[in-house]
Amino acid sequence: MSAITHHIPDAMLAAYAAGTLPHAFSVVVASHISLCDQCRTALGAHQAVGGLVLEGADSVGVSGNLKTDILAQLDDPYTPEPMYDRLGIYPGPVTKVLKGGEPRWKTLGMGVRQDILSASREGSVRLLYIPPGQAVPDHSHNGLELTLVLQGSFSDETGRFGVGDLEIGDESLHHTPTADAGDPCICLAATDAPLRFNAFMPRLLQPLFKI
Amino acid sequence: MISLSVEYTRTRSLQFEMSRSESKPLPPKNTELSDQTIWMLAVRDERDKAAFAELFDFFAPRLKGFIMRSGTSSAQAEEIVQDVMLTVWRKAPMFDPHRAQVSAWIYQIARNRHIDIRRKENRPVPEELIEDPGTEPDASQIMAMQQEAGQLKQALAQLNTKQREMIEKAYLGDLTHQQISEQTGLPLGTIKSRIRLGLERLRRELKGLR
Ligand SMILES: [Zn+2]
Repeated sequence: MSAITHHIPDAMLAAYAAGTLPHAFSVVVASHISLCDQCRTALGAHQAVGGLVLEGADSVGVSGNLKTDILAQLDDPYTPEPMYDRLGIYPGPVTKVLKGGEPRWKTLGMGVRQDILSASREGSVRLLYIPPGQAVPDHSHNGLELTLVLQGSFSDETGRFGVGDLEIGDESLHHTPTADAGDPCICLAATDAPLRFNAFMPRLLQPLFKI
Repeated sequence: MISLSVEYTRTRSLQFEMSRSESKPLPPKNTELSDQTIWMLAVRDERDKAAFAELFDFFAPRLKGFIMRSGTSSAQAEEIVQDVMLTVWRKAPMFDPHRAQVSAWIYQIARNRHIDIRRKENRPVPEELIEDPGTEPDASQIMAMQQEAGQLKQALAQLNTKQREMIEKAYLGDLTHQQISEQTGLPLGTIKSRIRLGLERLRRELKGLR
């Protein structure tokens, strides 16, 4: 765990605590925190600030029966939400989306595979499988992209990213991430806009692949 | 090694004996847990409904005010308060006073519920780290955590009005991450070190279980 060198910026952690990060990014942030005690700690600091804001909030009186209603429900039976633990290389928030199953890989060509975990107008999150030595097709970004390494590693113009490392790419980043030798590189990648692939996939096909 | 004699009674002046041989009593300020922590631990360890009622009295009106600040109706805010307080009762075993203040823990539950209701699905949360029930608490760490939160509260109070409003907006969920500045004006470094110690303690405990 001490090997993680690329972390979540503070502003993003604050937004995650407050719940304003887009859903796709939250999956990646929650996954990184599952692997990284430094960011789990930093999240705790933001929760502490949030707690102080809560403590300082103006009180608004609640209905007279709310307390008795709740007290009466304390012993009610309830089904706890299923908790998803890490499964192999996949952190809890990913196994939760996979509902405890295996990824359903779809081939993108050149040995690259993906499994789209969720996609909507506000962004998408997917797993990517990149064989060693293979470049992720040269892509530039419309919006923001978060990439968390779950297995193997990749390198690009900005450095090397190993298991647990988080790369944040935006419009200004034109990079060619390439999977390093060794295990295939498996990443969790989220974006708040469709990716524009510059090579290897005609743009017309993009809607088909939902990337 | 600090020897502890901890009784989670709902008295105002719960004392931690830092050492049995220690004859000098520590100043009360440093040896008293906050009411909220005492209530929360009574809920967690004793399933104490009277302590839960105290937590409700403290937090429910603040939660309602907090939730209504972001434009939620009074009726819906009360539904969320009900959800949050029931979650506090049910998830109490996950509360760890070595790493968090009660208000911080409840804050996150409240934000999560708010988002869940808006999106109609559970928001992604990190893997939970849960201590074995009955693990001996570390009083000095709990006290230090509380003091650190007190320092942070002072720092927050000393910010200028504009800075404080930005922070309130950010943590109420009124700002996007692009709008939140990396520079909040709050010194988060020391509370991070303290939380880190609490996390390391938990990691040791969890390792010991295996
Ligand atoms: Zn990190």
